[in-house]
Amino acid sequence: MPAAVEVVNVARRFGSVQALAGIDLTVAEGEFFGLLGPNGAGKTTLISVLAGLTRADTGTARILGHDVTTDYRRARRCLGVVPQELVFDPFFTVRETLEIQSGYFGIRDNGAWIDEILHHLDLVAKADANMRSLSGGMKRRVLVGQALVHKPPVIVLDEPTAGVDVELRQSLWAFIRKLNRDGHTIILTTHYLEEAEALCGRIAMLKAGRVVALDTTQNLLSRSAVLTARITADRVPAAWQPRVLKRDGRVFVLGLDRYSDLESLLAALRTEGIAIETLALEETDLEQVFLRIMATSGPPAGASEAAR
Amino acid sequence: MKRIAGAGWLTLLYKELLRFWKVSFQTILAPVLTALLYLLIFSHVLASNVSVFGGRVSYTAFLVPGLVMMSVLQNAFANTSSSLMQSKMNGNLIFILLPPLSPLELFAAYVLGAMVRGLVVGAGVFAVTLFFAPSLLFLPHPVWALAFALLGSAILGTLGLVAAIWAEKFDQISAFQNFIIMPATFLSGVFYSIHSLPSFWLALSRFNPFFYMIDGFRFGFFGLSDVPPATSLAVVATCALLLSLLTLALLKSGWKLRH
Repeated sequence: MPAAVEVVNVARRFGSVQALAGIDLTVAEGEFFGLLGPNGAGKTTLISVLAGLTRADTGTARILGHDVTTDYRRARRCLGVVPQELVFDPFFTVRETLEIQSGYFGIRDNGAWIDEILHHLDLVAKADANMRSLSGGMKRRVLVGQALVHKPPVIVLDEPTAGVDVELRQSLWAFIRKLNRDGHTIILTTHYLEEAEALCGRIAMLKAGRVVALDTTQNLLSRSAVLTARITADRVPAAWQPRVLKRDGRVFVLGLDRYSDLESLLAALRTEGIAIETLALEETDLEQVFLRIMATSGPPAGASEAAR
Repeated sequence: MKRIAGAGWLTLLYKELLRFWKVSFQTILAPVLTALLYLLIFSHVLASNVSVFGGRVSYTAFLVPGLVMMSVLQNAFANTSSSLMQSKMNGNLIFILLPPLSPLELFAAYVLGAMVRGLVVGAGVFAVTLFFAPSLLFLPHPVWALAFALLGSAILGTLGLVAAIWAEKFDQISAFQNFIIMPATFLSGVFYSIHSLPSFWLALSRFNPFFYMIDGFRFGFFGLSDVPPATSLAVVATCALLLSLLTLALLKSGWKLRH
């Protein structure tokens, strides 16, 4: 049985920027898969390669065994993409938009499924409204609907909840979860790490066009630091410099492997005569794992600092 | 839910038609009015001064097929260029790039949409100008006229597609329209017979494909033309073929559409 998505050594360069630097990734059918990384890590470029919007310089990508360039018709029929940009065609109503999108896939008489989509996305009342008149959150829902009109077995959502209010986010995730339970493979990129933690079974982290971590969400959470300590001080002890995950002025976030590490941290602070003003301990969540992996892997952190 | 393989492009054609139909005031009525104004002004000012085809055809009657064809050409160009350009600028081109549509299907849908728009506007111009030259209703060679209208609108629809693929802002589309399409149509014999031109301009006109479209189209109305209609048809058909092949190659390469 072919994988839902199979990416082999895909690289893509835009001018002097190496957007993708050899990505290998396999997503099995039925997975809920997360694609995380800072801005510019290559997430959207990778999705564009899968969708045939961008051509890879090297490597191959397949959707359910269909190559995205040589067998693009079947590959695209298997794929639904919710783009990151809030785009719409101002000439049409919500229902027309969905009917036309079905038609592009050669699907006629799709009314029943379109009604179901409208219902799940809470768009029934707006079905005959022009796209222009919708709020941002509503337009986002129509984009989700457009990605689903042809019942694609693989669904890619590129930051679908950016700028969407909390209530909609909940109902959207309920719908996406249902689709996943019904057998659809879901690939998600998001900036909300707690969302990825709650939804995704497996996660790939991208940095500067490379996969720097790829594991189940459980393993990622358990293999990294159990704890983080957030302290406010002028500096951290020299020996603890490498364990700084994040620094914001005088606030340092340090990774601890076990509770006993806290004692050695306090000892080191005392030895070097560093006074701390605040100290908070936090259990690991995906955000900390993410920060730690981003800080310790791939090209030096200076590269991404400079890009800000 | 019924899936018809290879029928996606028909929806794109339908979308293209629906798009201009929804704004038909601007896309159909406005160009008809413009052509009518041209006819009123030019025929009023020039009718007694200009002799065409050795005086065998009145200037007003001569002008009508020229204006009809000019409207067909300009509107075919406007349809593809503005539709694709708007999709590019709004970002909603992605809705067309994600489905399994082949380059040929994209091409066919856009160009056929442009042809329909051109022919609808052309028919509208013909209907209102007929009032000034009723005898034109019984054109002697309708098949010739139709052949040139079809090929001409296909060529301009394709040119509009190329312009919109190439352009990165609306500015460039209007440059294409104002510096290439407009001069080429105006200098092609819409308003005059090229035999009334000085020899240099006469020779130059023979390199303008638009001249052959309009001259051949006019043959359908009068049985008279500056060059034999078969020659014009050969020139126009060759242009249509070469341009289509170029455009298909552009679409296949994904140039400026699929990064």
